[in-house]
Amino acid sequence: MSAGSRTSRDPLDSDWHPGAGLAALRARAAMLADLRAHFAASGVLEVETPLACSTAGTDPALQPLTAQYKGPIYPSGTRLYLQTSPEFAMKRLLAAGSGPIFQICKAFRDGEAGRLHNPEFSILEWYRPGVGVADLITEVATLARLCLIQPALAVEYVPYAMLFRRELDLDVFTADPDVLKAAALDHNILGAEGMDLTRDGWLDLLFSHLIQPALGQSALCFVTDYPASQAALARLNADGRTAARFELFHQGLELANGFDELVDPDEQAARFESDNCQRRSAGQEPIKIDRRLLAALQQGMPATCGVAVGLDRLLMLRLGVRDIDEVLSFSLQRC
Amino acid sequence: MATYSTNEFRGGLKLLLDGDPCTIIENEFVKPGKGQAFNRVRIRNLKTGRVLEKTFRSGETVEAADVVDRDLQYLYSDGEFWHFMDTDTFEQVQADANAMGESIKWLKEQDLCMVTLWNGSPIAVEAPNFVILEITETDPGVKGDTSGGGGKPATLETGAVVRVPLFVQTGEKIKVDTRTGDYVSRVKDE
Repeated sequence: MSAGSRTSRDPLDSDWHPGAGLAALRARAAMLADLRAHFAASGVLEVETPLACSTAGTDPALQPLTAQYKGPIYPSGTRLYLQTSPEFAMKRLLAAGSGPIFQICKAFRDGEAGRLHNPEFSILEWYRPGVGVADLITEVATLARLCLIQPALAVEYVPYAMLFRRELDLDVFTADPDVLKAAALDHNILGAEGMDLTRDGWLDLLFSHLIQPALGQSALCFVTDYPASQAALARLNADGRTAARFELFHQGLELANGFDELVDPDEQAARFESDNCQRRSAGQEPIKIDRRLLAALQQGMPATCGVAVGLDRLLMLRLGVRDIDEVLSFSLQRC
Repeated sequence: MATYSTNEFRGGLKLLLDGDPCTIIENEFVKPGKGQAFNRVRIRNLKTGRVLEKTFRSGETVEAADVVDRDLQYLYSDGEFWHFMDTDTFEQVQADANAMGESIKWLKEQDLCMVTLWNGSPIAVEAPNFVILEITETDPGVKGDTSGGGGKPATLETGAVVRVPLFVQTGEKIKVDTRTGDYVSRVKDE
């Protein structure tokens, strides 16, 4: 086929091509090898857990993809959830006495596609029993520097509430939705005038539009102590209004989310219920509660810190590319 | 009433926002890992030409604007309206001065233009990138000057005034870039 006729039929022809060039494929392989070498050297066990499970996380902000299974064990068929992260299964391993573990796997989130999102993406998730948040953050920074090939990259820490006070003069603990909406309008977020959001929804709007883009422009920026209403699966801090949750941002990109993990089975059960309550009121389907996780916590999971890192975005920053499609072999529009 | 969900957002999609037809320039999906998803969209208002950024909550629906671009032939002006025709269907539409904008200066009868129609009526008219027009008036140039260095104003048959090199004379035809209003070259009659 001549070059000319190829160009003229570009849309048909070109979508068999990978989005990632050879350099990106090689960089990914090198990055994965470096990460595995780090964990092997520090005695963290690599594990695999199922990606298709009979239950899933209940977080109202995450929608799992689902699949259908029919055959032995479930003769009349059952729905399986593709995991939004391998968290629950890994916690069951911890409760079973695994010690420190890590996993590199795919995670799935329905409805998420764009320059920084693909519904199927790569996660590095690891757990260190007996280690505190500060030490886990240090290890996250070490691995981020390794992946970005920037051994001297500086580290910054800033509590979530301080960002809002400093940048927007807002108190995240007391500001009600009307105050947060007024702040969005004051800062010219067009479209906010017609929005009806929850308190946390407004915080997300302000954070993603006005705060996040500037975070970690020349450093690894760890945002710590999220409000208790955004604890997800972190335990609450002693102050009762913040959670032991942190996130990593670099050049405005959200790269990692970590917790001092919630290990109390009653509190976990209460959060499942509260999540499903929110899901119902938002018109989403509630998700069957993972009784096996609760049983594992009941039996006892050691105090543990854990974190999930988005490997595709880390690779984007390493290569300096703008679109996640450039680091994936075949993103949603190509697969 | 046709609507689009934010999942359908992409460059070129036409929306009705605050009563005005708009086109999406760029759509960005924004979502914190554990938070609310938004679509942050750069939009051009097709009536005013202004570009703005607007945020939608993901999953919202927005009213569609019935906007199409068509190549139409300019027929004539009656002073109040400029009349165009689809050369396939012979259907005619009329544009007001607002829709004509800068294109008024460049159009000659029978020129083909890209006309943006909203609900069937023109809201924008784009002149061809290059037009050939006759000079109706310009000062006689200094004899011997061929460099075009200084230039002088020249009035064209449509009333537009452009700067031309000194050697270009009344009655000659010139090619003009309508996007910049710059003289490009002289054009010899066939």
